[in-house]
Amino acid sequence: MLSNSSMRTPLARVRGLGSAKSGTGHFWLQRVTALANVILTLIFVGIVIALVGKPYPAAVALLSHPLVAILMLLFILSACIHMRLGMQVIIEDYVHAEFPKILAVIGNTFFAIVVGAASVYAVLKLSFGG
Amino acid sequence: MSIAHRVTGTGLYLGTILIAAWLVAAASGPAAFDTAQAIAGSFLGRLVLFLYSFSLIHHMVGGLRHFVWDLGHGYDPQTRMNMAKFSVVVSAALTVLIWIVALVLR
Repeated sequence: MLSNSSMRTPLARVRGLGSAKSGTGHFWLQRVTALANVILTLIFVGIVIALVGKPYPAAVALLSHPLVAILMLLFILSACIHMRLGMQVIIEDYVHAEFPKILAVIGNTFFAIVVGAASVYAVLKLSFGG
Repeated sequence: MSIAHRVTGTGLYLGTILIAAWLVAAASGPAAFDTAQAIAGSFLGRLVLFLYSFSLIHHMVGGLRHFVWDLGHGYDPQTRMNMAKFSVVVSAALTVLIWIVALVLR
């Protein structure tokens, strides 16, 4: 039971306990990256197909072509943002205990950034002559 | 189908480790790249690649249904069932087509 003896007003007690107001941004960014992913995924599949059976020098030549590298970087960025948002929804739906949920959401962010950073590093190294 | 979208999404999520590893191998030099290519070309490697490509296409086609719903269409049971069946058939056909193209070109 809430005590009336507190000096705090009812408004002060509930402040900060509502939503973070980031839901619409989350939803919209998920859709925008989904649209970008449709285009970039098809391009990525095309690049992978072009690489099948290629020896190392030919594979590097293709991956370091400016157009290919830029499209790969865009794909990595869009896919990592999209998968982070999607996995966050899954975590929030299935992990209910507060502390494990926060840990999982943070771990999800770390995962997306590590995968993205490693992939971007690799593409840039190939592009700028590693 | 909603759970299929989550299952394929999670599979794609975890599979990005393999894509990142493959790119890093390419950036590391010929020896690492050849090892990565050998793993990808093995039976198990190709099986994972096939399942990954199917998950990718299925998730993409399934995602297009979400765009239809976001635009306010396709909520009646009949349309939902049709879209669900359509997405399975289209994604399976597209995946097979991609593999045929890849195997012909190599």
